Order: sequence, then C-alpha cells, then structure tokens
Amino acid sequence: MSSLLNLTKDLFKGKIKVVDLTHTLSPEFPHISLPPEMGQAWPFRIEEVSRYDERGPAWYWNNFSCGEHTGTHFDAPVHWVSGKDLPRNAVDSIPPENFIGPACVIDCSKQSAKDADFLLTKKFILQWEKKHGRIPPRAWVLMRTDWSRRADDPVAYQNYDETGQHTPGPDTDAVKFLVEERDILGFGTESIGTDAGQAYHLRPPYPCHYYMHGAGRYGLQCLTNLDQLPPTGAVVIAAPLKIRNGSGSPLRVLALMENS
Amino acid sequence: MLERPKRKNPVLRTRLPTLPPAARSRIALGLTAAAALGRFELQQCRDCGDVQYPPREACQRCLSINIHWKLQSGDGELLADTMLHHSNDLFFRERLPWRLGLIKLGSGPTVVAHLHGSIRKVPEKVTVRAMLDRAGQAVLVALPEKETPNMADDRQLREFTCDPKFRKVLITDGKTSLGQSLVKGFVKAGADLIWVGHAEPWKNFPGFQEIKSLQQASLVPLDLTDSRNVREVAAEIGGKVDIVVNNAEHHRAFGIGNRAGVETARAEMDVNYFGLLRLAQELGPAMRSRGADGQSSAVAWVNLLSIYALANFPPHGTFSASKAAAHSLAQCLRAEMRPAGVRVVNVFPGPLDDEWNQLLPPPKLAPAALARAVIKALQDGIEDVYPGDVAQEWLARWRDNPKALEKELSS
Repeated sequence: MSSLLNLTKDLFKGKIKVVDLTHTLSPEFPHISLPPEMGQAWPFRIEEVSRYDERGPAWYWNNFSCGEHTGTHFDAPVHWVSGKDLPRNAVDSIPPENFIGPACVIDCSKQSAKDADFLLTKKFILQWEKKHGRIPPRAWVLMRTDWSRRADDPVAYQNYDETGQHTPGPDTDAVKFLVEERDILGFGTESIGTDAGQAYHLRPPYPCHYYMHGAGRYGLQCLTNLDQLPPTGAVVIAAPLKIRNGSGSPLRVLALMENS
Repeated sequence: MLERPKRKNPVLRTRLPTLPPAARSRIALGLTAAAALGRFELQQCRDCGDVQYPPREACQRCLSINIHWKLQSGDGELLADTMLHHSNDLFFRERLPWRLGLIKLGSGPTVVAHLHGSIRKVPEKVTVRAMLDRAGQAVLVALPEKETPNMADDRQLREFTCDPKFRKVLITDGKTSLGQSLVKGFVKAGADLIWVGHAEPWKNFPGFQEIKSLQQASLVPLDLTDSRNVREVAAEIGGKVDIVVNNAEHHRAFGIGNRAGVETARAEMDVNYFGLLRLAQELGPAMRSRGADGQSSAVAWVNLLSIYALANFPPHGTFSASKAAAHSLAQCLRAEMRPAGVRVVNVFPGPLDDEWNQLLPPPKLAPAALARAVIKALQDGIEDVYPGDVAQEWLARWRDNPKALEKELSS
C-alpha cells in the first residue's frame, strides 16, 4: 500500500492526530497596529449578507474583510523589502511543496513567561539540538512561548506600554543561523510578528523579517496549540490563499503528529 | 427642583411617543431654521420697518414683500396667562395642565408662548425665545427675565430641551481629549450614568485612567467599525440610553493627491460614516421606543460632524468628504428619530486643537470648549451647533455664498 494511503488510514484510525495551530478569525482577535500616521492593515471584520430572512430567504452568509496579515497568517518573502526581487516570492507563486515540512518546536515558554522581551539566541537553539537532534533542512522552526494563552485578553496579548509592544522573538544571530546553517523553510511564532515586539531596535530592525524573507523563507504568526506538538516528529501544513502577488494571507495551519 | 426619577415600574406599559402639532407653512419654517441654531428671528419689513408674527408672505402693515428674518432680543411683557386643563391634542393631553401666555414683544408683535413656571405675575417682564419642540418645529417659550434657581428643571421647559440631568448618556469614544472632556462635562451637568466607549483596548491613551475612576462612568468596549460589537453593545444598554454622543471619528490630513490609495479615506468613511450608520441601525430602534419614557426619556442623539461637512477643505479633503457623508446620513437619522421626539443634534466644529490639526494655525477649538458647547446645546434645545470662531465664520460665509466659499477654500 502506498504511503499516502497508509497516511489516510492512520488518520482514520487515530494513529495520526491533526492539531489545529490556528486561532479563530474574529473582530476581537488582536491585530497588528502601526503608528497612526502609517498605512494600516484592516482588522478582521464581518458583515451579514442574509440569514434566512428577507435579504435571502433560505441561506445564511457573510462578507468578511481583512488585511493579508490578519489572525493566524503566513508571510511571503515579498512582504519585506529584502525579499522583494526574489523569484517566486509571493503567495501565488511559492512552490506549493514548500507549504509542507517537518516541525521543530523550540520551547521558550518558561523564558517568555519570565521575560516578555525574551530573545531566542543561537546558543539556545544549539542547546535544543543537543537534546533533540539537528534541525533538518526545509523544516518549519516554531518558537513555542505559550503566548497564545493570552489570546482572549487583547491587552495581555498585545502587551503594549509607552515604549511599544513587548513580545518574545528571535535575535539576529539566531535568524542568520537558522537560514544560513540550517536551511529552514520558515519560522513561526505565537505572537503578532515573527520578530520580537521590540525588534525595531535590533540590528537590522526586524531581523527575522529581514533575513528570513531576504533568503526567500517564510513566516507564520499568531500560531496556537504549539504546546501540543512534540519537539520533533510533527509535520506542518501551511498553505496560504492564492492571492495574486499577495504578501501573505490568513490561513489554516495544521500539524500532523503520531498519536502515542 | 427636579427630583431624581424613581426606578421604572416594570409592570406598566411604556408610553408611546406623541408629538405636538408639526404642520408649518414654508414661510413659517424660517422661524424653525433660526431656532435650530438657538436664534429667535422674526420677519421685519425693509420698507416700513414693521416686525410681524406669525410669519407671512407679505408685510401685514404695508403689504410689501420686501421682508427679511431679523434676530430678536425677545424682550417682552406678559399681558395675560391661562392654564390649559383640556386638550384634544394627544401630546398636550398627556402633559396637562399646561400654561400659556400672551406676550407683547418690545419689537411690536403680540405672541402666544409657553410659560416657564417661575413666571408668576401678570404683567411681568419676560424673555421670549424660539425653541424647537419634540416635533422639531419652532415654538415660542417665555422665560423669566432674569435667571432663577434650577431654571432648567421646569417641567414645561424640559419638553423643549434635552437636559442631561438625571439622564443616561453613551459617549462612543472616551479615549480622545474631547471624549474625556465630554465625560467630565456630563458628570457636571448631572447625568446619572455615562457609558464610555473605547476601541482597541490595548491602546492606553493619556487621561483614560482618570475617566475609568469616575463613579458615573462605565466603560464599554465599542468599535464602530465592528458591526457585531455595535449590535452587542446596543443590545446590552440600548434600552437605557437617553442621550447618544457619537464623537468617534477617524481623521487624517490628506487630500486626493498626497496620499496614494484609498485605505486612509476608507478608514475615515468606516468610522465617520458607516460607524454612524451601524450605531443608528442598532441603537435607533431602542431609543425610538423610549421617546416618552417618563421624566428621563430617550431624548437626543448628538453627531460630531465638522464644518468641513458644508464645504470641502482640500488639505483635509477625504476627511471632509466623510463628514459630508455623515451629515447627509444624520439628516436621514433626524427624519427617522422625529416620530419618537428624539432630537438629532449636529455639531459642526472648526479644527480642534488636536494632533491631526497640528499644522493648522490658531484659532483652534479646545476639546473642552467643544464639550461645553455640546452640553449647552442639549440644555438650550439647539439642533445645529457651530461652536467656535472658525465654525461661525465659515457658516456665515457659506450662508452668504456657498460658491464663493468653495473658491476661497480652493485657493
């Protein structure tokens, strides 16, 4: 029997479990917020078209609107200036096989609980590799911070003070290491942004966006349920909407893992 | 003095709103147009100087048609008074007894006016004002010549005003300096409870903590761009709101050419126009059902518009357009709220002294001054408010010649 058929069989039998890494899209879900003089992404909004009423007697449906970078979403290389001239750098042109890859989950939840500005370093990643093995090429590296547990409280999730947002993320060396020495597919986080909240003050500003997209790699943001994944062994499927020359898109991120 | 109303008896039916007689001739609407601004104007003949009432097509004395509306001081003397104990009109029938008087104005005519309760003697010096009634039409009201204690509490006068005392207010944005001034102003004006809307809860603005600590204030997450949120807030508090002040606005300083794309203009429309539409669709029905709900009935809906709603100010061109759209919608709202006697008050300020008008030279309207103007308009029963020097000047230029104002603004 082919491995694909075996996969579906194992799914049906419950030997393989599907974990949904996606937050529900809703108007309340915290959205990215830039200084007010800048252009703003639309937050998720939804308007009822009809609900079995005089506007449409037998059917219920809605119109929704949102920016490409809303809710649990995908960042394509063209999103950042460093990736603007790369080939196949937009959500419609990325090779579809790149949406699927093995997941390496680096648990930074304790550190992030203590320090909202926690930065994931190369040293931290090397220590993780000592325990769980070398990060394979073409992997999704997911930074688990348990930040998603704050999602019901927009104030705690955004975590703003007068100096801006305070959320964990990778430092510059960690990003360069993952791209240059581990050839990863992309980097995923639980907060708004693959970069830390204060990453504007790193060198270069927003290093994860700069290097990851500059090297044609991807980003996943506002992930949830990373605490349900093993450090290695899960497979992530993260296929964005096929928007012409789109810089990203909200999407359903699924992880497949073996049920032990 | 007005007593705090008792809690409503929930087994009794809420009365349906009724209106005083609303029919007016087109000429008589001149009195209403002035009263909407808080002005008492009567027709005066340019040929013989005669001041006349009621309004007519020609001068009652010399038959000249060369007549114009002229501001009146309202000084007069009460000649006779009467207490109405019977009326076939539904509105007055429910408000009997009702006191009226015959007043000789200093400028000539003798008029019939509603009498303030503290006018006791005949004859007595009084001041006559033209005020809007619940039908939105001008009527004449005689007030004591000099201010008396708790004058605004008069039972008859309160039928013409929208006094916030003992009323419950929703302010849609408490995060701005204007919103905070409004909250404090309504506390001072005796409002019972003030719901303070605030969008994007993670953004903390200066002064907001202080508002949270006010005993009368109650915070509600409210984002006028989110239909579901507006619906839920209206469902939660709609049946209690007596006065809405929709001060939420989105303002950027762009014309057409100096901002690429439509995102900024769309955001302005989404708050300034669609925000009003969403709020009116969700809160309007509940307020309409409470237009006659006792002493503290639903009474007013205030829209923060802009003087730019009358004529486009090109440096803030897309903002002007969104306010013009909101103005048009507010006229629709006014028509739809009228049967309930709920007054729609439109406020047309000039530039506010805030961050989005940073580069405009003074004079700019202080948010606190605008808040005072809003509350005064409610207390005085005014429908169209042009607060501050800039608004007054633009209004005068616009009324004189709208085309000339357009040309002046485009140069």
